[in-house]
Amino acid sequence: MAAVEERQAPREPANEAEAMAHRRRMQKVQLGVFLIIVAVLPLVLQAMRPNDYRYYLHILVFIGLNLILATGLNLLMGYAGQVSLGHAAFYGLGAYTSGILTARYGWNPWAAMLAALVLTCFVAWLVGKPALRLKGHYLAMATLGVGIIVAVVIRQWTSLTGGSAGLLQIPSMTLFGFEFKSNMDTHYYYFVWAFVMLLTIIFANLVQSRPGRALRALHDSELAAQTLGVDTAGFKVRAFVVSAAYASIAGTLYAHSSMRFLSPTPFDFHTSIALLVMVVLGGQGTLWGPVVGAVTITFINETLRPYTNYDIVVYGLLLMILMIVMPGGLARGLAALWNWLLDRFSRSSQGEQQ
Amino acid sequence: MSRPLLTLSGLSKSFGGLQAVSDVAFDVQERQIKALIGPNGAGKTTIFNLLTGVLHPDAGSATFGGHELIGLPPHRVACLGISRTFQTSLLFDQMTVLENVMVGHHLSGRSNMLTAALRIFGASAEEREYREVAMAALERAGLADLAGRPAAELPIGQRRLVEVARALAAEPKLLLMDEPAAGLNMRETDAIAELIQEIRSRGITVLLVEHDMSLVMSISDEILVLDGGRRLAEGLPKEIRTDERVLAAYLGEEADD
Amino acid sequence: MTADQVWQFFLSGLTTGGTYALIALGFSLIYNATGVINFAQGEFVMLGGMIAAASMAAWDLPLWLAALIAIAITTVVGLVLDRAAIRPARYAPHVVLIIITIGASIFIRGTASIIWGPDERPVQAFSGEAPIVMLGAAITPQSLWVLGATLVSAVAMWLIFEYTVVGKAMRACAINAHAAQLCGIELSRMVSWSFGLAAAIGAVAGIVLAPITMAQYNIGTMLGLKGFVAAIIGGMGNSLGAIVGGLVLGVLEALGAGLISSQYKDAIAFIILIIVLLVRPSGILGREGGED
Repeated sequence: MAAVEERQAPREPANEAEAMAHRRRMQKVQLGVFLIIVAVLPLVLQAMRPNDYRYYLHILVFIGLNLILATGLNLLMGYAGQVSLGHAAFYGLGAYTSGILTARYGWNPWAAMLAALVLTCFVAWLVGKPALRLKGHYLAMATLGVGIIVAVVIRQWTSLTGGSAGLLQIPSMTLFGFEFKSNMDTHYYYFVWAFVMLLTIIFANLVQSRPGRALRALHDSELAAQTLGVDTAGFKVRAFVVSAAYASIAGTLYAHSSMRFLSPTPFDFHTSIALLVMVVLGGQGTLWGPVVGAVTITFINETLRPYTNYDIVVYGLLLMILMIVMPGGLARGLAALWNWLLDRFSRSSQGEQQ
Repeated sequence: MSRPLLTLSGLSKSFGGLQAVSDVAFDVQERQIKALIGPNGAGKTTIFNLLTGVLHPDAGSATFGGHELIGLPPHRVACLGISRTFQTSLLFDQMTVLENVMVGHHLSGRSNMLTAALRIFGASAEEREYREVAMAALERAGLADLAGRPAAELPIGQRRLVEVARALAAEPKLLLMDEPAAGLNMRETDAIAELIQEIRSRGITVLLVEHDMSLVMSISDEILVLDGGRRLAEGLPKEIRTDERVLAAYLGEEADD
Repeated sequence: MTADQVWQFFLSGLTTGGTYALIALGFSLIYNATGVINFAQGEFVMLGGMIAAASMAAWDLPLWLAALIAIAITTVVGLVLDRAAIRPARYAPHVVLIIITIGASIFIRGTASIIWGPDERPVQAFSGEAPIVMLGAAITPQSLWVLGATLVSAVAMWLIFEYTVVGKAMRACAINAHAAQLCGIELSRMVSWSFGLAAAIGAVAGIVLAPITMAQYNIGTMLGLKGFVAAIIGGMGNSLGAIVGGLVLGVLEALGAGLISSQYKDAIAFIILIIVLLVRPSGILGREGGED
């Protein structure tokens, strides 16, 4: 009898406290599995696709950058309930600030990363503070404006940014004398994905904490959160600043990646929209939503790339269909499917035992 | 009697042409259970909203333990030690029951975005501590089995209990309860009555708005009757029970229905 | 900078402003009916111009017929968008609906580039090119067409909302959709109407604008965004505000580009947007009380 109970314990815990502890452990297990996949993926690719594995690494680096961007945006949208239509601006501020400081003024890339982070957070605070004091989607409108203004400035202030011709000769990142040279290389892959892991863990920590709960609370009921002492406007601003900080870090990593060259296109309105799509399509307010969203969108774009002209038609169509079919996002859809499979599996294995 | 904990004077609020609250003044003594009653539209919930900073009055003041409440945003009011429950329980539906109560501990928490993100300076210890405290509170309220359930799934009676547990987690000096018995059956109403008295015995002052007269009469120390935004009568339950103006106001309402 | 030049910028700004006003009107219509920002609004403008240009070029149709065809087809596109994409997701969160309209806009733009190719298509001015001199500044007859179309559309909208059953029902839905439904107004029909009307107005804007900017498959995005800014400046959901917002935005943009820098022309509208959000977030004619 005792043995049976013990064996069943993980699946049907004795009480709620254990069940919740179990769920928290499961999240750690998920993160661990994720880490292992990230760690071995280049090796698997190298073994399976020796010829074009560099291309895949390049794609994976971009998925990583998109994932950082989407995770930051997810904190704002899925947890604080606010929308940013201009997140590419913060990505661009991060990229161009560290690009300009290192290429034109010879700064150390790490110092430039920090400077970019400070500048981006300051801009986000400047925009968010007044916009988030108001009820409604004023942040969406303000960020739309900031997004386009930053894109135009990047394109037009040629003496500083290089404009459409691009900003050249950005040095690579170094760590303890080791140079991360090219994103066609496993080194840069691990470098970027180390940031992805770190920022994902930080995100998971934040969500399960006092400030994270305050954000989720105000998303559900602003009034109830306020009556419990949550400074709702203040927490929205903080969430917005953190999401901008994520974008800034992604920008710096982009600037110092393979091409070591920046052009205005990746930081325009279309990127802001693509990020929005990644978050919503993946599933706002879930830990794995941005992963699913970033992988799916990057994958769709890469698959469609050879079919010029038809690519955006199919992309637009897919976007509409997926959102109509799964308005809660792919991560929730997949989780439901997974639970259903698990349920089926455990039932059939129980049937065999009896 | 000791110094009042809460003092309202000359409080007025109108919406458009409607005078919802008109020159209302009253005191709430420490460790008292005081009830606001009156027909629908008497301005009871409006007074709660004025006290908690949700609405701004046209005139008047409200002092709580020497602090002026009027002009403070809702979260500052909460900081002073005033918690509140709502007519239809406002739970955080997408969070679990336990998390709801943990949000109640927000004010006593110390961790911020940075320390929570990096789990430094005692952020994890604080998280563990509040999880245990919240769990203990749920156990006391007989809700421990529901701790991991999304709040959206609870029936109305349990929602009310969770909401009260959440409000108490903020360790208030004064608890404002807006129709705590609304939608509850008789057994649940008795339980709420008992709970309110227990809350008072912990040293927390309770100001409630309630329609259930037997509940109000059985637990209140003092009752204030409002009608059309004005103070109609104030006194002990037995005085209110026999007050002719009060009877007239209530009979009037029933005649209207 | 002379007063004459300012006057000239003002007049040309009014012309673009007229187009922004029409686009903003479309945003307001759909926003009032659904609460959704329709990011495909700019594509209606593109479709209007492209269909008119293509049908005149291909079949040598007279302008009025090509315009009618363009308006009709664009209206159908608007109705199909509502039926096929918005209605199936009407209970989804707003941000999901917004993404659906973004998907639609990408889809429409892509389809247009396949059908008509990537090139600009010139359209002849409706009443010749000879500029008319007004108090020392020149204005093209086509500009007068744009302003005329804005005026006619605005009056038509006002007549619809003020005097027709459908218009009154749409207004009722905008004020309180739930109460309107209780009174027997079918909300989904009103949403269809608003999409149809918004598409038609967008097409009109595209047709009158085509001779000035030329028709091209990718003009919709920026025009749509500027129209959205105009709608916010005027007060989202306010029809008169949309027109005022459009004209104000057009004039300020032209003055800013002319007097300060034409390089930053596209940024000017958005700088104005941010200033308006800081100073008067409810817009010029919006209801007060955004702050709470």
